[in-house]
Amino acid sequence: MPNVSVNGIVIDDTFAEAFGMRATAIIITAPNRKWARQAAITMTGFATSVIGCGCEAAIDVELPPSATPDGRPGCRVMIFAMGTDELQKQLLNRVGQCVLTSPGSACFAGLEGSADLKLGSALRYFGDGWQISKKIGDRHFWRVPVMDGEFLCEATTGLTKDAVGGGNFFVMAESSAKALVAAEAAVAAIGLVPGAIVPFPGGIARSGSKIGGKYKGMIASANEAYAPTLRGVVRSELGPDINAVLEIVIDGETNDAVAAAMKAGIKAVIGLGPKKGAVRISAGNYGGKLGKFIYSLKDMLP
Amino acid sequence: MSKHGSKVGDIFRVAGNDPLDIVFEGGSSRLDRVAEGMRGGSVRVVGNAGAQAGRAMRGGALTIEGNAGPHAGSGMRGGRLEVTGNAGDHLGAPLAGELAGMNGGVLIVRGKAGAFAADRMRRGLIAVLKGSGDNAGSRMIAGTLVVAGGTGEMPGYLMRRGSILLDRAPRSLSPSFVECGAPESVFAAIVDRHLIAEGILKRPLLGNAPQKYGGDNAVLGMGEVLFPR
Repeated sequence: MPNVSVNGIVIDDTFAEAFGMRATAIIITAPNRKWARQAAITMTGFATSVIGCGCEAAIDVELPPSATPDGRPGCRVMIFAMGTDELQKQLLNRVGQCVLTSPGSACFAGLEGSADLKLGSALRYFGDGWQISKKIGDRHFWRVPVMDGEFLCEATTGLTKDAVGGGNFFVMAESSAKALVAAEAAVAAIGLVPGAIVPFPGGIARSGSKIGGKYKGMIASANEAYAPTLRGVVRSELGPDINAVLEIVIDGETNDAVAAAMKAGIKAVIGLGPKKGAVRISAGNYGGKLGKFIYSLKDMLP
Repeated sequence: MSKHGSKVGDIFRVAGNDPLDIVFEGGSSRLDRVAEGMRGGSVRVVGNAGAQAGRAMRGGALTIEGNAGPHAGSGMRGGRLEVTGNAGDHLGAPLAGELAGMNGGVLIVRGKAGAFAADRMRRGLIAVLKGSGDNAGSRMIAGTLVVAGGTGEMPGYLMRRGSILLDRAPRSLSPSFVECGAPESVFAAIVDRHLIAEGILKRPLLGNAPQKYGGDNAVLGMGEVLFPR
């Protein structure tokens, strides 16, 4: 393989393979940053992978008061799912259980898309008849009485069918600690890219998987080629210098957002250098046959 | 005298050729029903207008650079009507026998409005900036009435739903309105920001925790009167 080396880090001649998804976004605001984040973190809990969570969700960006509809601190949260119906269900369940319930919260559309998803227009029934519909300018809001005042929620938010899920790269290092440092640097850099999220815990997945497994009913199972403890017993992708691999999985509002996030993340890992962080970067794919979107690592270099 | 109606040129001197941008150079309180039923384009009256200016308009923009008579914007469903001076009674209200008043659009009066502003309003936004007469927002069905500069007696009289937003406590309220607390309100922030962004007001009207009175409990009682504490 004609791998290249940048700043002492080997870049595999391979590519990430990603899929089309449906996505939506909302803006959550609260009296202060702490509670805006709390509502956003709660509603994006247990949303790492569509395999078991029904959706993938995370905070896209934090918004200063000057960038939110009500002038309070906020977060833009993105949610990704494989189909519109599941996305709608996850959106309502999560906003209903985690944002409606969070002190002082309000919820606004965060995306103008090709179609609308119900938001306040479904959650309003919590008001049990005391909900109030308000059209202000060209936006429609529902005001639902709650115990600390009112939950204000925009009636709908947008749906995009141009979203991409599963962009990824592997951060490979001599030790777990160094892999974690490199992966954290990548996550921090991707956090600044608008329209892209990293849904795994802290943005990092340590159990990158292959499709299927030897046991019946397993949709995904251990990716033994990248497990350092199996380096000697399977056909491993790992050389003698690698003892830890962490995967950054990226979902984006568009193809471009995923590419921008991969570039930002890879740039951060390369900037860190092989002594402090990763010695090699690779990516996960299925041979290029399944996914519609291909991100060649050599195109993602800074 | 003729069995045919008058044409514009019989009464006005006409210049220009764009029917979507009409300017009346000079007005009169006898100039009734200006831009009635308009659906698009813009009409500007440099001077006063008479009764029912912009009645039943559905789109476009009507600007009256002077005073408007009674029933300005009566039953309007869309578009934007702005009066830089004062407006007469029954702003946006229905004519006798009609069920609903204003049903959409934006109606701004930079001066004062007479009595029964927003009577039987159902949808849309009315903003009166220098005070209104008695019974503002009477019999409101829904929608939003903003009054800065004080209201007359009993705003919201017999309102069912809808919001009456004031810059100060009302002089009086019907006794069937009840005190409903003053929690922090995102709705107030959204309205304040909208009014400023649209150039309707220069500073916030309600603040972030306005006092609410609910009513009118003589009827449905799901309306509200909000004002800063």
